[in-house]
Amino acid sequence: MNEAPDTPGEPQEADRASAAAGRDAQVGETRLTKTDTLRTEETATADLPPAAIKAIPVRHWGRWIGAALVLAALAAIGLAFVNGDIAWAVVGERLTDGTFFWPAWETLKISVYAMLIGVVLGTLLAVMRLSSNPVLSAVSYAYIWFFRGTPVIVQLLLWFNLSAVFTYVDLGPIYRNEMNDVMTPFVAALLALGLNEAAYMAEISRAGIQSVDHGQTEAAHALGMSGSKTMRRIVLPQAMRVIIPPTGNEYINMLKTSSLAFAIGYGELFYVAKNVGTTDYSVMEMYLVVSVWYLGLTTIFNVGQYYLERHYSKGANRSLPPTPLQRIRGQLTAFRTPSKVGGTTV
Amino acid sequence: MSETAATGTTGTGTSGTEEDTVEPVLPMVKAEQVHKSFGHTEVLKGIDLEVAAQEVFCLVGPSGSGKSTFLRCINHLEKINAGRLYVDGRLVGYRQKGDRLYELREREVAEQRKDIGMVFQRFNLFPHMTALQNVMEAPVQVKGESKAVARERAERLLERVGLADRMRNYPAQLSGGQQQRVAIARALAMEPKLMLFDEPTSALDPELVGEVLDVMRGLAEDGMTMIVVTHEMGFAREVGDSIVFMDDGVVVESGNPRDVLTNPQHERTQAFLSKVL
Ligand SMILES: Nc1ncnc2c1ncn2[C@@H]1O[C@H](COP(=O)(O)OP(=O)(O)OP(=O)(O)O)[C@@H](O)[C@H]1O
Ligand SMILES: [Mg+2]
Repeated sequence: MNEAPDTPGEPQEADRASAAAGRDAQVGETRLTKTDTLRTEETATADLPPAAIKAIPVRHWGRWIGAALVLAALAAIGLAFVNGDIAWAVVGERLTDGTFFWPAWETLKISVYAMLIGVVLGTLLAVMRLSSNPVLSAVSYAYIWFFRGTPVIVQLLLWFNLSAVFTYVDLGPIYRNEMNDVMTPFVAALLALGLNEAAYMAEISRAGIQSVDHGQTEAAHALGMSGSKTMRRIVLPQAMRVIIPPTGNEYINMLKTSSLAFAIGYGELFYVAKNVGTTDYSVMEMYLVVSVWYLGLTTIFNVGQYYLERHYSKGANRSLPPTPLQRIRGQLTAFRTPSKVGGTTV
Repeated sequence: MSETAATGTTGTGTSGTEEDTVEPVLPMVKAEQVHKSFGHTEVLKGIDLEVAAQEVFCLVGPSGSGKSTFLRCINHLEKINAGRLYVDGRLVGYRQKGDRLYELREREVAEQRKDIGMVFQRFNLFPHMTALQNVMEAPVQVKGESKAVARERAERLLERVGLADRMRNYPAQLSGGQQQRVAIARALAMEPKLMLFDEPTSALDPELVGEVLDVMRGLAEDGMTMIVVTHEMGFAREVGDSIVFMDDGVVVESGNPRDVLTNPQHERTQAFLSKVL
């Protein structure tokens, strides 16, 4: 702000400079009295940025106390489990000996297939719900009402016990078989979980479709695109950005809800854990083991979801968000650069 | 460009289908007593006008006068309640047999829209596609063109609107003026006979208006038939062949833009022009 001369040789000259600077005049004068080496002082005010503030930060005593309390509680819980009557050796053994490998595969399989049914049927239901055809809209509404309104476990048992009321699956000349042969635990679980999921996905898809600006549909129609093509090419890809995050949530739910299929004897993680636990008298141990498996599955899925979201955010932002690797690299370099005063890096 | 209904050749020259040909030389757009209501409010109260082939036809008027609504009726984004609307001699949205009207199927309406390009005030580009993909989309999806052919044309069109170096960008990475030029290229990719512009520069910063108007001027020079809703009176005066002033759902005054803009006859036109000029 003040244009001081480059090398003021004399005190008087510096005085003139500070006087010219007007509102800085007083500051300049006090400095003059305080310092003996005029030259360095002048260049400091002219060229160098102000010294970084070194203040004593506010002490957050509450935070320290809170943290200590939480840690103490965690330690107590941990200690209780360590000292509890848990055979940790069995836990370790069953975690690694492959007992749960195929059950985990079954869990993955049923949840992925059921989710696929849920997504496809759910999208269809959403489109029906939004259609101007009152019959389609009402059917969709009724479907959602029924499948959201009854417990999954009941739906599982309903499907599985269908043979009690229908002895045969009879599709006339095309197909005929005994219901008992058709409605295996896998099929019953797939139908129950998938159809139930569709009801939830329908609402998620509907929100996604409705989030797309109507101008998009108009632009597509104006170009001569049909209604269905507009939906597939223009609206749904944009709706994805809104649909995917809650769908990821739904999938994680599905991974865990699939454990209810133990009730109809489907050999997924929880069913096997329960069986192994009761025969080996290691019920608690096996529940811990499957918990680790479930956590592992959901963790892997979280990473996948991140990349999926990144894919569908194409065009929504000026640049794509960084991948986790890119972000870590960025943070590492941020450690090396000093924090800027007034900048955003800390 | 190449007109079937060129001047002089009387009557039988045009490919005579069973459609009710109105005149020997077909106007590109013909509106007869077009009425349109939303609920109980009547927005268009009997519009009569004709737009000749290769004409640049400007539509001006105060906000809410029904300009956008009329434009949207032309490609059947809105259904008219009464009257008749023809584009290139074909009834828009309906088929007439005797004195009965039959609604066209969705596929047939889409077929009609292929020949009518539309440019929106808020661009309405597809945000999940690059500029190039935006322009290629309709030819590939609607006309079933091969990607190679569509890409070749899209590149040519984007070059023509001055965006050769922006083809791989997403709309969010483009300025408003650039987006609107992509939107024009996208409409042109269907090789329409008629282009509708609904305030194409109203959402733009003043310094970006010129680049879009330049593209439109170029189109006019190439003989494109254009209906332009605009507040750019300079453009109307310079490029327009005719102008219509609309107010409250009726045509108040029409004629040559140079006459109407400099010497408006109707007092409502005078009042409007004194505000915008
Ligand atoms: N879908 C609709 N439902 C109900 N009313 C509508 C609808 N679309 C337009 N209108 C009404 O019709 C009238 C004309 O609207 P229109 O958009 O055609 O005006 P405009 O001349 O284009 O105005 P502007 O210059 O502001 O764009 C307005 O009063 C508007 O509120
Ligand atoms: Mg308008």
